[in-house]
Amino acid sequence: MKKITAALAGNPNCGKTTIFNLLTGSHQHVGNYPGVTVEKKQGVCRYGDYEITFVDLPGTYSLTAFSEEELVARNYILDEKPDIVVDIVDASGIERNLYLYMQLMEMDVSLLLVFNMSDIAEQRGLVFDIQQLSTLLEARIVQMVGTKGQGKQFLLDAVINSIEKPRKQRIHKINYGDEVEHELDKIEKALIAEEPELSQKYRTRWLAIKLLEQDDDISKHIKSSRVKNIVTSSFEFLKDILGENPEIYMAGRRYGYISGACQETIKTTAELRHNYSDMIDSVVTHRVIGLPIFLSLMFITFFLTFKLGHYPMSWLEHLFGWLGKTISGFWPAGSENWFKSLIVDGIIGGVGGVIVFLPTILILFMMIAFLEDSGYMARAAFIMDRIMHKIGLHGKSFIPMIIGFGCSVPAIMATRILENKRNRLVTIMVIPLMSCGAKLTIYTLITQAFFSEKLQPLMMWLIYIIGIILAVISIKLLRLTIFKGESIPFVMELPPYRLPTFKSISIHMWQRGWMYLKKAGTIILAASIILWFAMSYPKPDTSSHQNKLEYSAIGRLGKAIEPALKPIGFDWKIGTALIGATAAKELFVSQMAIAYSVGDPEQADMTLREKLSANYSPLTGFCIMLFCLIYAPCVATIAMTKQETNSWGWAMFQFFGLTVLAYVITLIVYQVGNLIFY
Amino acid sequence: MEQKEIKPLSKIRSGEKAKLVNIEAGRGLNNRLASMGLVSDVEISVVSNSHPGPFVINVKGSKVMLGRGMANKIMVSGCDNEKDNSGSGR
Repeated sequence: MKKITAALAGNPNCGKTTIFNLLTGSHQHVGNYPGVTVEKKQGVCRYGDYEITFVDLPGTYSLTAFSEEELVARNYILDEKPDIVVDIVDASGIERNLYLYMQLMEMDVSLLLVFNMSDIAEQRGLVFDIQQLSTLLEARIVQMVGTKGQGKQFLLDAVINSIEKPRKQRIHKINYGDEVEHELDKIEKALIAEEPELSQKYRTRWLAIKLLEQDDDISKHIKSSRVKNIVTSSFEFLKDILGENPEIYMAGRRYGYISGACQETIKTTAELRHNYSDMIDSVVTHRVIGLPIFLSLMFITFFLTFKLGHYPMSWLEHLFGWLGKTISGFWPAGSENWFKSLIVDGIIGGVGGVIVFLPTILILFMMIAFLEDSGYMARAAFIMDRIMHKIGLHGKSFIPMIIGFGCSVPAIMATRILENKRNRLVTIMVIPLMSCGAKLTIYTLITQAFFSEKLQPLMMWLIYIIGIILAVISIKLLRLTIFKGESIPFVMELPPYRLPTFKSISIHMWQRGWMYLKKAGTIILAASIILWFAMSYPKPDTSSHQNKLEYSAIGRLGKAIEPALKPIGFDWKIGTALIGATAAKELFVSQMAIAYSVGDPEQADMTLREKLSANYSPLTGFCIMLFCLIYAPCVATIAMTKQETNSWGWAMFQFFGLTVLAYVITLIVYQVGNLIFY
Repeated sequence: MEQKEIKPLSKIRSGEKAKLVNIEAGRGLNNRLASMGLVSDVEISVVSNSHPGPFVINVKGSKVMLGRGMANKIMVSGCDNEKDNSGSGR
């Protein structure tokens, strides 16, 4: 069996992922490119004598060094040298799509063109002279309709044909005009003389073009000062006579070349003025009803996620409950030992607590995949951009933040829809300030314990609003300090609406679900075991009446930090519960219950709520909510932040940053509140 | 052809067309726009320009949304009255 590697390149929204899914099915591997947060997808397809590995490169419009995605795609092609690059273009928007192809052509790699969405192109009345285009563009061309699964065979045949019978040297090249060509020539000559190694490794003409475009990534490889000087003087000279930046001028020439090629080979038989996409857009991006439509769609997404997710979630809860009981049954009464407690309370309790969220996560990602694949997400981003732009974020950031009200883990995963790294990092940092479902259990306990029925909804609303306000302020602060820089201006393509395929959505859903299970699951397992040990050991003598929790490692830790917690109105019990709750926020409630389980005999028959209101003031109650809202996110969130930012640094920044913020704000509220109320 | 007045894209009304002259922005943005087809002399048709709502243009057959700030930086010359059919490539 012969092995081939084929890289799939293409514009965003050209249907590349659909074709990738069509080719590789479920035989996919999703990871990250080393050192960056760009997703790397690989899949294998067996065909005839060949085992073809398809690599789905990030969707880009060009191959400059301005964005991480473009650089990743370019470096993959240059350094990993796939046997063939398959450029997938949206046939209904051929000219714009061929721009990327021009750049691939200049890199002089083995190429194959796929005209995807040929059906839509046909509807728009476009007729292609494939033979002629193939000659002009010097590559085999395959017509496909990825969403209907048409053309898979042709594509695979063409890949193998292109490899078995490769084309000769390219004849055509883009002519950039006499002035530019002259300067390119000078740079090329200097490169061959001064940088023999580099011009051996890459194509000299391509290097010269990139240098003239002042490409940062290529420029840094140049050591020779003579080459540098020639490039600088050529650049200044051309800028002067062309009246614009040479790189922009050259982009114009590439488009000119495409226009020329298309003029001869593409005929328009019918002019379609208004299509259904325009009609949908006139409603959903309407300046008055656009926002309400978006908000209702979001509401429906959440409603369905948590409503539908509720049933499998309770089944799983029962399953884990049953599992715990069954395993407990292996030990006859009285013979229970530490091992049983570790398995049942530690591992099944801890890991089960995470897995029960899986259905919710799967449904949520199915909904998001649908909104994204259908083309609506681009419109939503535009609607929200008006508001989000004011705080220095992209409109799309709104979506992960909304998901944050459910759970931070999928919210952080959802930041993948943001292309800009700075935007992604800022959004990830503030997501924990959106009160998640687990924090809701804490709020419920506290509001019911300390506030009258009338005040409860108000307090609940207040804590959510405080979270949002803090998030907005934090974003502003982060954008002004660590993530300084011009806010990314908004340019985004509005892809035509299309019905997503079931295959694409289910593959997307399972990939996200699996990631959740694998990453959050392993970390949670470790954390559960550690926490269980900390809560169970060391054990006090059975004869003493000491509180077991107080005697344990985590209880001692709580005691140790008590002096630091005094100024914000907390005692060691709250401290212990707060530490435990970093494993999962809802643990705060069970930890408080354990801490109060052995205590004053007079309070023995009181509920936890009554015990809390008997021991703390409403101000302390409010401060608990406030602190829980802001402080260190749970272990699963930290693990996810680490994975998505590819750095422990950001995860730790989030951990400590939020804890410090929580402390400062709670301190102010408690001290001021004390002055006013007591 | 008579010399047309140069003005920002944001001044072009919905349904009208204009020709791109230049973009007054930094290198990064300029490159990104160029890769999306916004190069000199390209014909832009404004799909929607409703204050303060979406600014949507059609360039080379694909719809692109722009922030209003950006629409101010893109300088165009109007060709709204012209009955020309040489503008598009196909």
